[in-house]
Amino acid sequence: MIIKGKNWKFGNDIDTDAIIPARYLNTSDPKELAKHIMEDADRDFPSKVKIGDIIVAGKNFGCGSSREHAPIAIKASGIQAVIARSFARIFYRNSFNIGLPIFESEEASEKIQQGDEIEIDADKGLIKNITRGESYKANPIPPFMHELIAAGGLVEWTKKKLAAKS
Amino acid sequence: MTITEKILAVHAGKKKVEPGELINARVDLILANDITAPIAIQEFKKIGAKNVFDKSRIALIPDHFAPQKDIKAAEQCKLLREFSREYDLSLYFEVGRMGVEHALLPEQGLVVPGDLIIGADSHTCTYGALGAFSTGVGSTDVASAMATGECWFRVPESMKFIYHGKLNRWVGGKDLILHTIGDIGVDGALYRAMEFEGEAITNLPMYGRLTMCNMAIEAGGKNGIIAPDRITKKYAKGRARREFSFYKSDKKSKYAEIKEYDCSGIPLTVACPHLPSNTKPAAELSHVAIDQVVIGSCTNGRLEDLREAAEVIKGKKVNPNVRLIVIPATQQIYKQAIKEKLVDIFIDAEAVVSTPTCGPCLGGHMGILAKGERALATTNRNFVGRMGHPESEVYLSNPAVAAATAVLGRIGTPEELGL
Repeated sequence: MIIKGKNWKFGNDIDTDAIIPARYLNTSDPKELAKHIMEDADRDFPSKVKIGDIIVAGKNFGCGSSREHAPIAIKASGIQAVIARSFARIFYRNSFNIGLPIFESEEASEKIQQGDEIEIDADKGLIKNITRGESYKANPIPPFMHELIAAGGLVEWTKKKLAAKS
Repeated sequence: MTITEKILAVHAGKKKVEPGELINARVDLILANDITAPIAIQEFKKIGAKNVFDKSRIALIPDHFAPQKDIKAAEQCKLLREFSREYDLSLYFEVGRMGVEHALLPEQGLVVPGDLIIGADSHTCTYGALGAFSTGVGSTDVASAMATGECWFRVPESMKFIYHGKLNRWVGGKDLILHTIGDIGVDGALYRAMEFEGEAITNLPMYGRLTMCNMAIEAGGKNGIIAPDRITKKYAKGRARREFSFYKSDKKSKYAEIKEYDCSGIPLTVACPHLPSNTKPAAELSHVAIDQVVIGSCTNGRLEDLREAAEVIKGKKVNPNVRLIVIPATQQIYKQAIKEKLVDIFIDAEAVVSTPTCGPCLGGHMGILAKGERALATTNRNFVGRMGHPESEVYLSNPAVAAATAVLGRIGTPEELGL
């Protein structure tokens, strides 16, 4: 899978309250959530972000709450993928479970600048910076995560598992 | 193996597990609340399982926006109620029976030592205080586990924290964990198990242990855990609704890192905006005026927390510039606080005492901050906009500091009140 788009750069420790503030969690409708995406980190972000964009962030992206609303809101706002130096663990598993492509790369997180055009080869774990003519490696994904991605997320994976049991 | 590895191995049906290994393990209890359960229910239906794996091991607790704060929240809570009826779940807690989930489940003996627990709430790590492996997951994880009784885990590396010596006056579990997060940072234990031990932990009562493990997630930890001992045994006895097992780390266990602290050097600690790691001694913050104080939450809403706050505030008045909101975390705590006349002390001091709810901790209801307002809370997070307006501020402390602050109208300590 090739993911190509313009990036929005964020800093370290972007928490789930910044991604989707709890005051909007009286609904789990993805479209409603997307209206407030990253609002407390950048108030104008919901109006600036375009379908196909990519988020690039520093360390510990998605720290805080376990709310799956965070990756759901990112996906529903049209963002194709998130690259970060590291991810908070619940956000990490939530993203794989619901099929939001995420990539850990210290180099990409450091060198990509706001607005750079990015191309990600998800299968090879390769991140190209088209604007700057650079490329960076993403950290390898454990085999089980490939299994989850291939199944199409945890719901589909669980369906298969239950079918195999019966 | 460490205690974390042992519990994971037993639940994965393996003799041994190693850090980094991906396993599927059996879960003893699954938890979700009114924010996370609606998505879990929706995904569970997509899986198409005929039934839940065990109707007595799924706890659904409407506590975040409950009692239902608006129509949308009421719709969310309704989904939990209807799902619980449809699948005949025995652990649904309606308003009037519910409490803040991480205070309620240990109190009711529904989580026990040696358990493997998952919850669609990041503070599920609280139950590590009982010597259980307990961690927060997402709603889809809960959906899958409700269908299969299993969940996938990456076995974490363990990090050991040793607390030597005795605690200073008024210093408790909250100060220990804030001090630790201040030391290692909000990703200082990322993906790792945080194992707490040492003289101060051996002497730390269960409520302080629950507070410490509760905030392991604030350092990025997968779980916080304390090896069961006489305090655990006393707590579990007569309360545990299932048989329990005590595990402890082998002497030769491998740790990614070991941190040691001398408790004589740990002061009353406050986390300043906007990260739990931004800590300072409370005594250095006496210039910070406060508009609202909240005492409660899954971190510090237990009976002993309320006793500490009441001891400080007894016979005094809340500063005229401050609103003090006290929230007992469960109905049982609430009732006991009335019996012990703690509620009288708070109301006489001109505080409000609310029914159990997570409410203000996450900016939900029952005490939201306006633009430019500043709160000090015994809760666990102080991110931008956490308790209300994105331009409001939150400081975190233990209940005694919170009570002193409510009286003084600025951040302060019980010592300043002659205590």
